[in-house]
Amino acid sequence: MSQSTTNRSTKRSLGQRMNALWEYANPVKFMALSGKVLPWAVALCVITLVPGLIWGFFFTPEAANFGNSVKIIYVHVPSSTMAINIWVMMLVTSLIWLIRRHHVSALAAKAAAMIGVTMTVISLITGAVWGQPMWGTYWAWDPRLTSFLILFLFYLGYMALWAAIENPDTAADLTSVLCVVGSVFALLSRYAVNFWNQGLHQGASLSLDKEEHVSDVYWQPLVLAIIGFGFLFVVLLLVRTRTEVRRRRLHALMARERMIDA
Amino acid sequence: MIALLIRDLRLAMRAGGGFGLGLAFFLIVSTLVPFGVGPEGDILSRIAPGILWVGALLACLLSLDRIFQLDFEDGSLDLLATSPIPLEGIVAIKALAHWLVTGLPLTLAAPFFGALMQLESPGFSWIFVTLLLGTPALSMIGAFGAALTVGLKRGGLLMSLLVLPLYIPTLIFGAEAATRGMAGFSATTPLLMMAGITAGSIALLPFAASAALRVNLR
Repeated sequence: MSQSTTNRSTKRSLGQRMNALWEYANPVKFMALSGKVLPWAVALCVITLVPGLIWGFFFTPEAANFGNSVKIIYVHVPSSTMAINIWVMMLVTSLIWLIRRHHVSALAAKAAAMIGVTMTVISLITGAVWGQPMWGTYWAWDPRLTSFLILFLFYLGYMALWAAIENPDTAADLTSVLCVVGSVFALLSRYAVNFWNQGLHQGASLSLDKEEHVSDVYWQPLVLAIIGFGFLFVVLLLVRTRTEVRRRRLHALMARERMIDA
Repeated sequence: MIALLIRDLRLAMRAGGGFGLGLAFFLIVSTLVPFGVGPEGDILSRIAPGILWVGALLACLLSLDRIFQLDFEDGSLDLLATSPIPLEGIVAIKALAHWLVTGLPLTLAAPFFGALMQLESPGFSWIFVTLLLGTPALSMIGAFGAALTVGLKRGGLLMSLLVLPLYIPTLIFGAEAATRGMAGFSATTPLLMMAGITAGSIALLPFAASAALRVNLR
């Protein structure tokens, strides 16, 4: 790939402030900064997620026709939100890797995939648990459910491709291309599925349009829980990316050892 | 480019099984499904368009690793990559060759296999039209998947994991158009959507596939 040579020339032509931002793509600077940010992110995650969930689970009334099962919303909705947004974040980092070839970006995408797939599974399972008493079935081929199943398949393929390729740069390139093409097809699938079957799932719980909104009693802890899940993702992402950077360093060290021995 | 197309077609014919295997697989699927769901005509004719579409899709998937794998192993892909034709063009030609060897025979044979599935008479033309418009997308998307996994030793299973999710929109619109057309409803929207996916794939995916090939040939 010839980007690395063109990179340097575009870097110079960009403004000084942009350069300051891109400097954190340097692994050493990233490790230093993320090490400092991490405790704060953990703290923010704890002070939003824990009260959000406790408030949601114990201090909200039972809903008229749902009973206690309404409380699963505090895990279901945040995990679904994160599952989609993590894929978007992977798309952005993949593009950054393809265009500017910053290693931290590719490693962040790799680190995010595992979190994203976990969020998707949590969302599917909590949905099934909720669906059984409410809709009378664990699974329905409803557009939203089906889209999430498809998203799950895309995550699986993405992670399998990472795992299958030995050379880290080749793996980063190919998975990034897959992520970009996959995003287009995932979006297409979303509309195809909508067209294919009309669903049972209720509309947006959180739209700004008050009409279809859930009641405020449920809404406030839900927003807190979503923010908490967001910080949880940041924490996990930082930890996993740092692990990947360290693993990469270890490989480099081991390769160097072997060179000296030989 | 035409020389390359003819070379690929000739290789597929002489290596044996290019035309044959996909069709035989498709025939077996159309035979097995009635064993599985029972011989009642009304059930079979209702699920026939979907089964034919899924069968064609799987038959297409079977032969995908042939697109680049053999050329990659004997080094001719490196030669092709350094030839005057842009790599994008080579990818498109190879996808076209794959379609001529699998997609087109499947399309032509689908109405006959439809008879096995008790397809009703308006269904024959609908299956033919939807497969004719949809299978080029399957070949092109498949070529992208094959380009991603060409460097891997045992890439076959991984490739199906990568390619099958990408097939979902084409399958949904194709099978939906066939079902609607057969039932006498208007099938214009799904048909146009599917044709759009095919056109978009042919226009854009050669670039993605050749980017993946360049990485694998590095």
